[in-house]
Amino acid sequence: MSRSASALRALTASFAALGLLTSVALAQQQLAIKPGAKLGLGRAALPEEIKAWDTDVRPDGVGLPDGKGTPKLGDAIFQERCSTCHGEFGEGVGRYPVLAGGLGSLKADRPDKTVGSYWPDATTLFDYIKRAMPYGNARSLTDDEIYAVAAYILSMNDVIKDENFELNKNTLAKIKMPNAAGFYEDDRDTTEKHFWNKSPCMSNCRDEPKVIGRAISVDVTPEGKNGPAVD
Amino acid sequence: MSKQAPKDVLNRRGFLGAAGLLAAGAALPIGKAKAEAAAQPDPAITEVHDFNKLLGDGVDRRPYGMPSKYEKHVVRRDVGWLTASAESSVNFTPLHELDGIITPSGLCFERHHSGVAEINPADHRLMINGLVEKPLVFTMEDIKRMPRVNRIYFLECAANSGMEWRGAQLNGCQFTHGMVHNVMYTGVPLKVLLDEAGLKPNVKWLMLEGADAAGLNRSLPIDKALNDVLIAFAMNGEALRPEQGYPLRAVIPGWQGNMWVKWLRRIEAGDMPWQTREETSKYTDLMPDGRARKHTFVMDAKSVVTNPSPQAPLKHKGRNVLSGFAWSGRGTIKRVDVSIDGGRNWGTARLDGPILDKSLTRFYVDFDWNGQEMMIQSRAIDDTGYVQPSKPELRKIRGVNSIYHNNGIQTWLVRANGETENVEIS
Ligand code: HEC
Repeated sequence: MSRSASALRALTASFAALGLLTSVALAQQQLAIKPGAKLGLGRAALPEEIKAWDTDVRPDGVGLPDGKGTPKLGDAIFQERCSTCHGEFGEGVGRYPVLAGGLGSLKADRPDKTVGSYWPDATTLFDYIKRAMPYGNARSLTDDEIYAVAAYILSMNDVIKDENFELNKNTLAKIKMPNAAGFYEDDRDTTEKHFWNKSPCMSNCRDEPKVIGRAISVDVTPEGKNGPAVD
Repeated sequence: MSKQAPKDVLNRRGFLGAAGLLAAGAALPIGKAKAEAAAQPDPAITEVHDFNKLLGDGVDRRPYGMPSKYEKHVVRRDVGWLTASAESSVNFTPLHELDGIITPSGLCFERHHSGVAEINPADHRLMINGLVEKPLVFTMEDIKRMPRVNRIYFLECAANSGMEWRGAQLNGCQFTHGMVHNVMYTGVPLKVLLDEAGLKPNVKWLMLEGADAAGLNRSLPIDKALNDVLIAFAMNGEALRPEQGYPLRAVIPGWQGNMWVKWLRRIEAGDMPWQTREETSKYTDLMPDGRARKHTFVMDAKSVVTNPSPQAPLKHKGRNVLSGFAWSGRGTIKRVDVSIDGGRNWGTARLDGPILDKSLTRFYVDFDWNGQEMMIQSRAIDDTGYVQPSKPELRKIRGVNSIYHNNGIQTWLVRANGETENVEIS
């Protein structure tokens, strides 16, 4: 008998000795699983549980709840719940995110990426505010309040022009964002094909290099207060 | 070492000859007089120290062992001005203090969007819903009864080196390259969990969601999910650290760190991407024409010399070890080249330790330094033939405003006194 088979037999015997296997009622214990069988782990998710967690919203509007709000109502909520960080007009306080403006700046040397100038979908606003804002007290707004602040943010960006426009699950899904067409699928495999190179240069590959910039002259390491923004 | 004034790099002479020192066995003739200078006996040897004499701590003084008190400086560090608040911020792995390929758990960089969620595993649930035959809820105990695997993978934030697009900014590889770590994960292939719920035939994307106060959510293509994604509960042999997603996180090999959802609580199956804030407003790459690439998931091949680097200057002429990391989201590292003349001439480094798929790989060049200035660079080549590009090559296509995916070749200027700094070269 092989060693492992005898070990298995010893293990089975000790299970039996512990009363874990009662030879009459149970088939003999095996150290194996039935191939292809389900694990039999986990339990069915209840509808109430799915409802509690499944709050995500897709660009086609699937997932948007009932409820409504207008820019006018949203203005008041925004000033109370959001403006300490994002500013009265979404201009951003300190390094907190700017939420409005920047339209047409994406080609500029210093682009201003905001909800209005950059975001492709208005539905993302609802999904994101519902899960993450206000920062430090997330998931504390009602759906009506979320529709309202989203409407206010869209109105600050001139996407919604009428302060009494009713944002709800039907109107939000139909909103076209200014930069909706501004995105394309990863094309590195084609536009950067030349980075795949069978015989990279090994000697005399370039002219003599000159230092043209030094981190120590920028002086932002690590506790400096000035520097470029990163996300 | 002599503290001579830094030479003007623009007027170096005879520098190129030093490139030969990368070629195997071509050590430069260096005076070896220095080593014999010590005439006084060394008190480290001649004196009796307390630790030679007195009893040290007993076994239970440190039930969870910590590094020596002489390693206190080896910590993650942040850059205050980068972000508005510490709860939505980042700190950096001290790459220049590491060796081998594994990042110790306590040194793995952190990036949170609403702080670290502190979750009792008894209260943690993972839900799978959406386009599945049977929506399911799992406890941590359920997950630990599933077949598990062990895999070593790097995790790199897509914004690693993002501060450096316009030129040299931060003086230290910890800050320029420290949003990467390399860990052995223990977890369950996501496919095992999805099979249990039963995917409907029209599923094309999944959405992964965290339990933290950001509820961070990302869309993941189903092909990747079924290929090599893990749902991990352990790192480097022990439970995940809270800041790395305890008790459960996603592991998305080779793909940008933001997708590796921490504190993972839900996976929804669907037929289109969700266009979440993290995959539209963020983690899209703005190109010079004002349009942006999306779904740039894979991390391009990249490398960095960690020693010498600004935080780890050269201290000795003569024998030295140049060292660094290379990695690729597309596969394994095939070769790493090193230059000491700013990319004019290259030699091939020695890879050592495990060379694994989508893992940090360690490289070394053993060399004798004659005290000349060097412009040190490294260039990674992966098994798909991708060669890490120079920063100018990268900027030619991607401009300077894409924030993410800066895998350009880094230059360190080593001065004659050994001081090393982050420079941008022509
Ligand atoms: C205490 C400060 C604070 C408050 C109050 C706050 N936010 Fe934020 N907000 C933030 C931070 C910080 C971020 C970025 C979080 C991150 O990095 O993931 C953010 C991000 C956002 C974004 C995404 C910006 C982008 O371009 O991606 C939106 C939209 C937003 N907040 C809306 C709101 C709304 C609406 C409210 C009020 C209900 C609100 N915020 C209240 C701090 C705050």
